[in-house]
Amino acid sequence: MRQAFLKTLIECLASDPAILLLSSDTGFHVFDDFQRDYPAHYLNVGISEAAMIGMAAGLALSGRKVMAYAIAPFATFRCLEQIRVDLCCQNLPVMVVGVGAGLTYGPAGPTHHTIEDIAVMKALPNMTVFCPGDPWETEAAVRAGLTLDGPCYLRLGKSSEPLVHQQAPSFRVGEGILLCPGKDLAILSTGTMLAAAVEVADRLSEVHGISAELISMPTVKPIDRRLIGEAAERFPLLVTMEEHNVLGGFGSAVADAILEVGPTATRLLKFGIPDVYSDIAGSQEYLRAKYGLDPKTMVTRILEVLRSQS
Amino acid sequence: MSGGLREGLVLSGVYAYRVSCSHFGKNQVEYLFILYGYFLYCDGTMTEHDSNKLAEIAQKVRRDVIRMQRLGTGVASAMSVVDILVCLYFEVLSPSASGEKERDHFLLSKGHGVAALYATLAARGIIDSSLLDHFLEDGSPLTGHPARGSVPGIEVSTGSLGHGLPIAVGLAWAAKLAGRTSRVFVLHGDGELQEGSVWEGAALASRLGLDNLVAMVDVNGLQGYGRVDELTPLDRFADKWRSFGWETIEIDGHDHARIVDTLKACPFVAGKPSVILARTVKGKGVKAMEDQLGWHYFSVPADRIEPFLEELS
Repeated sequence: MRQAFLKTLIECLASDPAILLLSSDTGFHVFDDFQRDYPAHYLNVGISEAAMIGMAAGLALSGRKVMAYAIAPFATFRCLEQIRVDLCCQNLPVMVVGVGAGLTYGPAGPTHHTIEDIAVMKALPNMTVFCPGDPWETEAAVRAGLTLDGPCYLRLGKSSEPLVHQQAPSFRVGEGILLCPGKDLAILSTGTMLAAAVEVADRLSEVHGISAELISMPTVKPIDRRLIGEAAERFPLLVTMEEHNVLGGFGSAVADAILEVGPTATRLLKFGIPDVYSDIAGSQEYLRAKYGLDPKTMVTRILEVLRSQS
Repeated sequence: MSGGLREGLVLSGVYAYRVSCSHFGKNQVEYLFILYGYFLYCDGTMTEHDSNKLAEIAQKVRRDVIRMQRLGTGVASAMSVVDILVCLYFEVLSPSASGEKERDHFLLSKGHGVAALYATLAARGIIDSSLLDHFLEDGSPLTGHPARGSVPGIEVSTGSLGHGLPIAVGLAWAAKLAGRTSRVFVLHGDGELQEGSVWEGAALASRLGLDNLVAMVDVNGLQGYGRVDELTPLDRFADKWRSFGWETIEIDGHDHARIVDTLKACPFVAGKPSVILARTVKGKGVKAMEDQLGWHYFSVPADRIEPFLEELS
């Protein structure tokens, strides 16, 4: 996703010289070429996220389109009040880019995990929240984010996510993307969980003969109410997947939408981190499994719920 | 005398001095040129007439601030910055509301002093002075801290302390990148300097060589719940700014001539941001309020408004 972000940024820069990238001493060697080729469009502000966001606001007030890039917990929480007051209260077009979403930096420990950012960013008026699921969605979200009049948060994984979409998907801000139609239940996945969601849908179908509709939701705010409402009508079970606290994030946004859209008998199964901070080291894969976010455990849970419903 | 003309006269004076020295010897011509320099200096500083005009305006702004305070708090914080704001808006800034590309920017980072800013904007004709009567009332655009776009002249939302300088750094750097001559002035409280984000911004400004950025500090010595120097020794602030690479000057923040001359002399050094530590008296102008802690939060009781206004007449 990081590479897709950078590639898209460079493409957009060709037609929009107002773009400017600030980083807070993040991304070892990631921006070396960019800095060499576009020195007037890049500044490493140093380890000062609060000043980075304030500065981004000042630049945006002067007509620049700023991307402020840092490791996700520091891009969001370290400078939360600057995001709230300088960007959101003033509704300025700045893209806050958080890299290393969820448990991406697993071994680094809980300071470097980002499990509350979706909840917090979506609670900020004027903020749009993008959680792309693969490099294609990253590219589309960057392009869409640059056309917004207000602030947005782009939640990225790292550098090795597989391409899930075969080609550039049809992407619109606030709309989900159907990957695979199904009959028995719907899986709604956001961000870095997309590849795991595909694996869950495949296993359900291949091993258990269960047909899951798979939908990627790269925009968490505004949430796609229409799509969620239709899914709640059609399926007895909706499943949400996010690499984030199970409270307050994407699953909660889907729950809100289901209840707002109207009476429904559908059941919601939310996969996320169970409201805990990790107290051990572990790879992203290890920690996901610990919290039941690995495809095998998720399939088991889905089957249990389906059995209890029938 | 215009700045350009003065500059021309200074340069030609220097040239004439060098030529004369080579013809007549240094000692003979030096006295003459000292007089010439004094003439240029006097013309560059404010006249008594200008000072009187500013004093009148400042007094009017102070009266407006008192009138506005029946609902408000922060009256003393507003009174301490009146002279700085009046000097800025009447002698230094190209008005923020002008909409011109090369215009200067002003940010009130100590947003709780906003009553003084609204009253100054009204005095300068940037906002309608009838708005002042409705400060903080239900439905009024005049909020208790500046909100961007609420009225002309308020171009940045502030109120949470420590935000102004990083935003000012962004504005100043944007102007540099675009080759614009705009200057950015940002006014802080002294207690506000306890916020770490101020120093993140200070470090960036000097690193980027933002000599189009001028920070001012309203050093009134009092913050919400105590004396600033009991919490952060004030005498170290100047050293802090200097060590962060800022050209630093300390002045009397109620001396109009000094404020105007200092602001007009910015940048003090090319390639460096400038900071003016302006010593002020919190609540300046009303004796009962001056240097009193309580007036940071008190509103002015109805029966005290008239006596206060009388004191300011």
